[in-house]
Amino acid sequence: MRVRKYRIFDVGDGSPYFNDQSGTSLDNKAIIEKVARKCYLPANKVLLENIKNNPEFKISFSISGVALEQFEKYAPDVLDSFKALVQTGNVEILSETYYHSLSSIYSEAEFINQVSLHRKKIKDLFGVTPTVFRNTELIYSNDIAQMAEKMGYRGILAEGADHILGWRSPTFVYKPTGTENIKLLLKHYRLSDDVAFRFSQKSWEGWPLTASKFADWVSKHNGSGDTINLFMDYETFGEHQWEDTGIFEFLKYLPQEILKNPDNNFATPSEIIDKYEVKGELDVPNYVSWADTERDLSAWISNDLQREALDTVYALGKDIIHIDDPELIEDWRRLQTSDHFYYMCTKYFNDGDVHKYFSPYESPYEAFIAYMNVMQDMRLRLSNAQKKQEHEVALHKVKPLRFSEV
Amino acid sequence: MSNPKLPNVLMFGWEFPPFNSGGLGVACEGISKALSASGVPLTFVLPFKIPITVPWCKFAFANESSESVEESQISTLFAGYQSHSLDTNVYTSKYGLPVSISGSLIERVRAYALRAPAIARKHPHSVIHAHDWLTYPAGIAAKEASGRPLVAHVHATEFDRSGSDNVNKEIYNIELEGFRRADKIVAVSEWTKNKVVSKYGIKPEKIKVIYNGIEFNNNGAIIEQNLKKLKQNGAKIVLFVGRITMQKGPDYFVTMAEKVLAHEPNTFFVVSGSGDMEGEMIRQVAGRGLSNKFIFCGFLRGDELNRVYKAADIFVMPSVSEPFGLVPLEAMISEVPVLVSKESGVSEILSSALKSHFWDIDDMSDKVISVLRHRGLQNHLSVNGKEEVKAIHWKKASDSLISLYNSLDNAFSMFLLPSSPAVARTQVPYL
Repeated sequence: MRVRKYRIFDVGDGSPYFNDQSGTSLDNKAIIEKVARKCYLPANKVLLENIKNNPEFKISFSISGVALEQFEKYAPDVLDSFKALVQTGNVEILSETYYHSLSSIYSEAEFINQVSLHRKKIKDLFGVTPTVFRNTELIYSNDIAQMAEKMGYRGILAEGADHILGWRSPTFVYKPTGTENIKLLLKHYRLSDDVAFRFSQKSWEGWPLTASKFADWVSKHNGSGDTINLFMDYETFGEHQWEDTGIFEFLKYLPQEILKNPDNNFATPSEIIDKYEVKGELDVPNYVSWADTERDLSAWISNDLQREALDTVYALGKDIIHIDDPELIEDWRRLQTSDHFYYMCTKYFNDGDVHKYFSPYESPYEAFIAYMNVMQDMRLRLSNAQKKQEHEVALHKVKPLRFSEV
Repeated sequence: MSNPKLPNVLMFGWEFPPFNSGGLGVACEGISKALSASGVPLTFVLPFKIPITVPWCKFAFANESSESVEESQISTLFAGYQSHSLDTNVYTSKYGLPVSISGSLIERVRAYALRAPAIARKHPHSVIHAHDWLTYPAGIAAKEASGRPLVAHVHATEFDRSGSDNVNKEIYNIELEGFRRADKIVAVSEWTKNKVVSKYGIKPEKIKVIYNGIEFNNNGAIIEQNLKKLKQNGAKIVLFVGRITMQKGPDYFVTMAEKVLAHEPNTFFVVSGSGDMEGEMIRQVAGRGLSNKFIFCGFLRGDELNRVYKAADIFVMPSVSEPFGLVPLEAMISEVPVLVSKESGVSEILSSALKSHFWDIDDMSDKVISVLRHRGLQNHLSVNGKEEVKAIHWKKASDSLISLYNSLDNAFSMFLLPSSPAVARTQVPYL
C-alpha cells in the first residue's frame, strides 16, 4: 500500500495515509484494479485451464496479507479465482509476513506476530495452513531459517545466489546451518529470470522464448539435480511482461511441453520436501535476497534516508505495542511494508533504473518526506493514546472496577 | 587523442570576472578557460577596456579609449542583467564620455557592433561565438566582415529576465535577429531551448543544449560568526542567494518562510543579493511580521559568501524562470542541501537535489522542513550533492563546443573552398 503525498501540513489532522484517490500510481485502488485486469485475472484463468488439462501441473503462491485485504476490498473476483485454484488441490499457499515487512531483520517478536497474522488470514480465506515459509523479497539468512524452524515450518525458500552456493547447485535440497529439520529450497535464478526479466528482451540470445525451448533447457538438468525451483513475481505475467509479448501463451503451453519428457514432473514445495533428502548444509550468515544485482539488502537499507526511516518506524514499535489501539497498530504495521523503503533507494538513481520504474514517487526524496511526515503523525497519535491510556488507568485507580459493572 | 584541426575562436562577451554583475561573466570565464585548456586558441572581446589579464586567452576591447572609466563605474557599465532602464542616460553629460560608454544599454550594444568588423579583421579566426543579446549585433557584424560561422549562445532570454511575457520589444528583436543569423545556437538547458523554439519560432534542430559547468574548489571558509552564534542556540538557516528580481522568485521565498516558521520556529532566513525587488521583499517580510527572522546581507561574493554557505542548512532557489542557475552548484560544493525550482535548467541535470515548482509553496515548505528535521536527508543530500557536482565541469561543456565548432567549420569549408573534399570528389568521379 502506497503512502499518498502526505505533507507536513497534514500531520495531526486525522487524515488517512493510504487514501490517494487520484487514479495515479499512488492510488492503491486504481493500482489493484489495473494489475487485476492485466495480470491476476488472466493469469489465474490460464493456470486453472492448465490444471484441468494437465492434472499433474502444480503451482504455489505466496500472497501477503495486505494484498489479500486489497483483493477483498477492491477486486473480490481476484480472490475468488485464487480460491478456485487452491480448491483444485494442485496449488500450495506459502507463509510470509502479513505486511510484507522487513521485521525478520528488525524485531523477532514483531516478525512472529506478522507471520501468525498471515497464517490466520490464509486459514480464514483458503481453509489451509501453510507449512513452508518464504520471507519478504526472498530475504534469507541462517537466523531467519532458525526462526522459521522454531515456528514449526518444514521448509523455507531462498535465492540461489552464486555467492552463497559457490560450486554447489540450486537443484538440490539443503539444510540451513543451525537447524535440525527445516529444509531449504533455492531459486534457480537463471531459468527463473529467463522468464521474469528476459522474456521480451529482443537483444537476448534466448529471444524469442517459447515453451518448448524452455522445456528443453529444463530437461538438460535431468540427471544432475532433483528440483528446479522457478520463483518469480506473479506480476511477470501480464504486468512486467505485457500480454503482447506472448507471455500468457508461454504459460499456457509450458505444462504440456515440460511433461513431454517422461522424466519431468511438477511438484509443490512441500512435495519436494517430502520427496528429497538434503544434499548438504548451506551456511548463510549474511542476508541474501532476490533484489537487484547485489542480491542483498541494499535495495531497502543502503542510504541514510532508508536507515532513518527504518530506525524511526521500529523505534516507534517499542511503545506502540503496549497501546490498546488496534487502528494505530494496524497503521504502524502497514508502514513496515518493504516497498516504502525500496522507493527511497538512491543506488542507481542517476541511471534511472528498475527502482525508478517501480516507484510511484518523483524521487527517493519525495518518498522519504511523505513517509517521515506520516511518522510524525504516528508519534502524535501515539502520545495522545498514551495520555488517554494513563488517564483511564488513573480513573480505575480512583474508582476500582467491580464485577457487577463488568 | 589529438584533434587534427582545432578551431580558432573569436568570442564576444559583455563582462568578465571580476568585472561582472552576474552569471554571464562567470560562464564566459569557465568556457574560455576550458576551451583553452583543450588547446583551442581564443580571443575574448569585451566592449570596454578594463584592466584585466588571464593566463589562458588574450583580450580585445571594442573601445580602447575608455581608460578614463573608473572602477566604480564599471559595475554599472556591465549591468546588462540588472534592469533595462533603456532611456536613462545618467552618464552622458555627467562624465562627458562617448556614447559607447555612457549611452543607454541599447546604444552601447549598437556601438559594440560598429566596432566588431575591425576586430574581426584584426584577429584571425575560424568561428565566431557570441554570448547573449548584448553581443549578438557585434557577432553578426563580425560574421559579415569575415564570413566565418556564428554561434549564438543563449544564457538567458528576455522572457527569463523579465520573469513574464511582458518583454522589451527592442531586445526581443535583437535576440531574434541573432538567432536567425546564427549558424548554430547553443542553449544552456532544455528549458532554454524550449523558450527559443516556442517564443522565437526557431527550429529545434538548430539548437544544441550544452549545460554550464562549475570549477570545483572546496569551500574552506570559516563559518560566519553571527550565524554561528544563532546555530549554537539550535537555530536553522535557510539561504537565498541571487539577484532580488522578479525572475528569482523572492516573493515565493518569503511566503514559504512563513509556512516553514509555523512548524520550525527557530529558523532564520538569510538573503544574499540585491536587485530591483529588494525594497519590495523587505516590505513583504515586515508586512508578515517576519523581520526578526530575516537577515539581509546584501550582495556577497567570494569568501564572504562562502562563510554564509558554511552556516546554511538548506539553500533554496525558487526561480520563476532560470535558464541554468549556477548558484545551487556553489551551494552543493559547500555541502549545502539544495532545493531548486523545476523551472530551472540546472534541475535537469541534478539528482541529489530537491525540486519543486516555484508556485507550489506547500511542497517547497514541506521539503525545507524535512531537511531541517531529518538528519538522514540532510546528510544524504549534502554528501551526494557534493559528489555529484564534481561531474558538472566546464571540460564537458567545452568538449561539446569543440565538436560543434568543427561541424560548422567543415560545413563552411566545403561551401567556401573549391578544393574541399566534396568538390574534389565531384571532379574525379571515376575514382
